[in-house]
Amino acid sequence: MAVIVHEDFQFIVQGITGREALNFTRECLQYGSKIIGGVTPGKGGREVYGVPVYDTVREITEKQRVDGTVITVPLAFAPDAAYEAIDAGIKEVIIITEGIPRKDASAVVEYAELHGARVIGPNCLGIIVPDVCRFGSLGGPAVDCRKAFKPGVVGVMSRSGGMTTEICNALTLSGLGVSTAISIGGDPVIGSTYADLIPLFEADEDTKAVVVYSEPGGTAEAELARWTQEHKSRLPIVAFVAGRFMDEMPGMSFGHAGTVVNKKVDSPADKMRRMREAGISVAEEIGDIPNLVRERIGN
Amino acid sequence: MRFYEFEAKQLLEKHRIPLVESRLVKTADEAAKAASDIAGPVILKAQAIAPGLAAASVKEASDAAGAKAAATELLGIDDGGRKPKGLLLEARPAGEAVYSLSFTYDGTSKRPVVAAADMAGKIDDLGDSHPDRIVRRHFSALYPFSDYIAKELARSLELGGNDLKQMTRIVAGLARLFLKYDLADLDITSLVKLGDGKFIVRDVEADLEIEARHRQRPMLDELGFAKEDLRQVREPTPFELEGAKIDEEDIRGIISPIAEFDGNIGLVIGAGGGSLTLTDAVRKHGGRPANYAAIGGNPSVDKARRLTKLVLSKPGVDKIAVMSNVVSNTRADLVARGVIKGIIELGFEPADKILIFRVPGAWEADAAKILQRYGIEYCDRTVSISEAARRAVEKVG
Repeated sequence: MAVIVHEDFQFIVQGITGREALNFTRECLQYGSKIIGGVTPGKGGREVYGVPVYDTVREITEKQRVDGTVITVPLAFAPDAAYEAIDAGIKEVIIITEGIPRKDASAVVEYAELHGARVIGPNCLGIIVPDVCRFGSLGGPAVDCRKAFKPGVVGVMSRSGGMTTEICNALTLSGLGVSTAISIGGDPVIGSTYADLIPLFEADEDTKAVVVYSEPGGTAEAELARWTQEHKSRLPIVAFVAGRFMDEMPGMSFGHAGTVVNKKVDSPADKMRRMREAGISVAEEIGDIPNLVRERIGN
Repeated sequence: MRFYEFEAKQLLEKHRIPLVESRLVKTADEAAKAASDIAGPVILKAQAIAPGLAAASVKEASDAAGAKAAATELLGIDDGGRKPKGLLLEARPAGEAVYSLSFTYDGTSKRPVVAAADMAGKIDDLGDSHPDRIVRRHFSALYPFSDYIAKELARSLELGGNDLKQMTRIVAGLARLFLKYDLADLDITSLVKLGDGKFIVRDVEADLEIEARHRQRPMLDELGFAKEDLRQVREPTPFELEGAKIDEEDIRGIISPIAEFDGNIGLVIGAGGGSLTLTDAVRKHGGRPANYAAIGGNPSVDKARRLTKLVLSKPGVDKIAVMSNVVSNTRADLVARGVIKGIIELGFEPADKILIFRVPGAWEADAAKILQRYGIEYCDRTVSISEAARRAVEKVG
């Protein structure tokens, strides 16, 4: 079992000839992922590490099953690339591209919902199910990726790509390991929030607990707290909220576009309070996460 | 990016949203003159954008002399190191009913949303005190705004007749403007129904989506909104400006945002989430960070070198902690080379200046070798972020 991806998961890369895409395409292939095509308009007919490049998404979906796409095209073309993938029938859409205005992100997500597709991101790195599939650029070079992500029992969702790897690395070192890790994105409007994704972990028998990394800004933590209270979840959740120093600096933005304290619900203190009230364990320090997970799963 | 209220009102006026009579003035004398032009009591609003100034930036006056005195005081307030951009001097007609509106994006539904209340204030604040007075309606960023959504909202405020029509027109106009100009937040904190039945907007707060500032350039130019003006909550310090310059001059990787704090531990840290976590961790262990930085996207040796020199040159900073989350893209060896080069160029021994070097991940074996040559311990991925921060704070004493 795994969340979203599986052993036979086949995906494409939109913007495959870009610098970043070249790197992660190679890394994914080395990790064992099945990338069956890439798209860059005007570069159809080429190959990238043996992966055929096409001008349009439909040229691939007409001939083969495509389970997902990783979009890493330049900012101005990102919404169009997402619409193209959704119209071609792709159901799992990862948007890595950073800096997409929230209006465009909102429109893409609404379009995806109307077509039964799921968006992860924007401004995320994607998904890893250790030793099964890597869908996106999470974890870096395959050799580093294998060090940080070992199969195990903890599901991870994180608003920061880098901290996804950091937390998975700590869980791996502690022997708990990772069931599925999802970098959900750091923007104010993202396609899949913690509360959207947690039912998938709930249904995944490999997952015994979930770790959530969060930051100042937005309502995702309040929404997760509400979900936890309303559902009798079998999963213990351990959360960590970074950027507590920002409570003293209203209006200043550090890090991701969504990371700012303007409203009360944005503040780390408010997020921690809501999550604790819902029975979520909130780690005081990042290093406490593995032990808290052990306590909660009685291991 | 926060608009000054006078700018927000220019946008509203352009889209024929009815506004209270209002003048932008630059001096106390102009304020006195404007007050005598507007018959009756006036309100003066310093044009400021720093948070927490809501109370300090507004005064009332009943005549020209009062307006002059109030203006003198308001023009002197500190707007995060800036002077106010003048004053808005406005009539304050009493209304027979007052409302508030708020347009924003709802991260839960991922849609734009409009909220309304039958009282003045910021909806975000009213949510706690008067949740039962607030009504909401989601709309779409994918489809054009349709008036019926505004009508339904007005109906949920129990408006009828001419009131319903006016509120519908205002809400629909604002929703279209909110979408058209890529606003992230638009708050009408006071919308009044006058004695003659006419609705007018009194107070406005608006924020532009920062990521849309390039495509909204024509609108920003029209408002006279300078290109380099990012509307930070306070003016950047020379240290921060230099950090931003280093970042701009070399496109390889990023090191920003750079922010200056008043502590003594220099932080050469990354990446986005890692820097947030590390800054908290240093404080948690009793350390006082001298700055914030966020190294990411595989910066060049030169960028790391210049950042190191900048941080170490800050008065009161004797040593730096070089730390990051487990990196995937950024090369640990390039960071190590840049940091060491920077320290040597300042005439110091790297081992005397580096409290800790914890950058595990890509190219970590090469980083360890480089550091070993200078007698610096390389902390690998088995040293947690918390532990790294604790050691750095302990060493600085």
